Amino acid sequence: MSAIATRVTFGETVTRLADTNPDIVVLDADLRKSTMTDEFSRKHPERFFDVGIAEGNMVGVGAGMALAGKIPFICSFACFVVGRFEQIRMAVAYNRANVKIVGTHAGIGIGEDGYSQMATEDMGLMRTLPNMAVVQPADGIETRGAVEYIAQHDGPVFLRLTRQKVADVNGEGYEFRFGKAVVLREGADVSLVGTGAVMENVLKAADLLAAQGISAQVANIHTIKPIDTGFIESVASSHGRIVTVEDHGISGGLGSAVAEAVAELGRGRVKRVGVTEFAESGDTEGLYGKYGLSAEHISAAAVGLMD
Amino acid sequence: MTIPELEAIAKEIRVDVIRMLVEAGSGHPGGSLSCTDMVTALYFHQMRHRPDQPDWADRDRFVLSKGHCVPAVYAALARAGYFEREETLSLRKLNSRMQGHPDRHRFPYVEASTGSLGQGLSVAVGMALAAKAGGKDYRTYCVISDGECQAGQIWEAAMSAPRFKLDNLCVLMDYNHIQLSGVTDDIMSLEPLLDKWRAFNWNTLEIDGHDFPAILDALKAAEQHRDGPTMIVCQTVKGKGVSFMENRWEWHGKAPSREEGEQAIAEIVNGAPPAS
Repeated sequence: MSAIATRVTFGETVTRLADTNPDIVVLDADLRKSTMTDEFSRKHPERFFDVGIAEGNMVGVGAGMALAGKIPFICSFACFVVGRFEQIRMAVAYNRANVKIVGTHAGIGIGEDGYSQMATEDMGLMRTLPNMAVVQPADGIETRGAVEYIAQHDGPVFLRLTRQKVADVNGEGYEFRFGKAVVLREGADVSLVGTGAVMENVLKAADLLAAQGISAQVANIHTIKPIDTGFIESVASSHGRIVTVEDHGISGGLGSAVAEAVAELGRGRVKRVGVTEFAESGDTEGLYGKYGLSAEHISAAAVGLMD
Repeated sequence: MTIPELEAIAKEIRVDVIRMLVEAGSGHPGGSLSCTDMVTALYFHQMRHRPDQPDWADRDRFVLSKGHCVPAVYAALARAGYFEREETLSLRKLNSRMQGHPDRHRFPYVEASTGSLGQGLSVAVGMALAAKAGGKDYRTYCVISDGECQAGQIWEAAMSAPRFKLDNLCVLMDYNHIQLSGVTDDIMSLEPLLDKWRAFNWNTLEIDGHDFPAILDALKAAEQHRDGPTMIVCQTVKGKGVSFMENRWEWHGKAPSREEGEQAIAEIVNGAPPAS
């Protein structure tokens, strides 16, 4: 595949899966052209429900449909749907409702729309719910595998997707394995552990480090919850130094999940790279440069661990 | 089932509610007693359900959006044969399935976990929508409170049900006019209430929520209505059946003492004492 927005692959995949799985339904809140459920709405109009700009109701309706045996994908921008946290907590999580919460336009990488549309707290919120899986694919092929998996996963899932195109990081023949870290590059001195849209910069950071004689492993964590504790513990032991990278607030997301695992292990050091401020309008590259997610920022964080 | 039989069951349920709350030492008697008659009419007359096959796929669904009044539903489910009545006395105690607000995971005979007001109607809309999308002919019933209509999500759900042509959805509103902190009209008035639901394109009915013939007629009319969802506004008395609880907001969320409980049960069984 080539660079593609993960929301696009989601839209294609869920539409295709619905051809053979009659229980799949899609709910949207007046964003079908942005969440890329438009194709589904045309191909499966009898299973597409636009609730209007009413995400709280969408969460509840999705839960009710799940309790009645459907597999609802409820879709909006990540900040808007996860913003209905209390509805998700009650109607989806506590009910053990088999709802797939799809949050597109994740992170500051969305660019020009500015902070009000940028989800930077969503993974932190979703991670607190006992039975909520949190999945963020890094490229098109991983999104395809993740959506195929999620459709048959028994339980609630939060799927976090990008507005912007992201480069391929996985090769052809890649197979999505829920809950398992993907090592993209081997390296001995430090492990760069990223998720989602930042993976291209993480790989570039490894190049920058190599030029300085530092051998960096690169791992992609598509499943933020349940986090791959076995992988993190093994890296904390073998490498001792971990840099986490995510287009998400520095609290609550991948960095927190990794730091929790390392702290409980009692071995290894972690440096978190993430968003610490309210971001602003701009282009993705410029925003990643200004708010600390560039390859240079990531490599500098790794160098900081090398003392 | 005859009207006198339904009235007798409602009395038993009210007695059970008081017993449960006395044992629990906490809970919500006022709203449990005001919704008892509509809950009785649903479980013992209107709804198609099988206590010996709780997960029957074609059963009618019932969502208690006002989840704090679940003692009335526990009592009804026990009376209907879903589980032993003795278990209701474990309400609100550690390791009990009888959570203070319904939990469908621990207690699968309720259709939805509720307790955060304003949300249950959306879940009921989803169940009704799933029936439409799946070609099922079960009906979905939902009891909401008056106070929770102050929540915006109720009106999001209210907008969506007619849009999706959910003539398989019937909502009963327990309009007892009292919420935790006082009289609903004083806190945040809902009036003109029927006009609001009509303006949202619902079929609306207004009845005395303690008059069984009226409840049964309204439920039947709702079932026959073929042009969207029905809202039955049930005018009720908070604490119905217990003179010292009736229309008293203090009894929204306070359990009776053992002595008060005995007095309440005597009144429910024998009728309220004449006004002094």
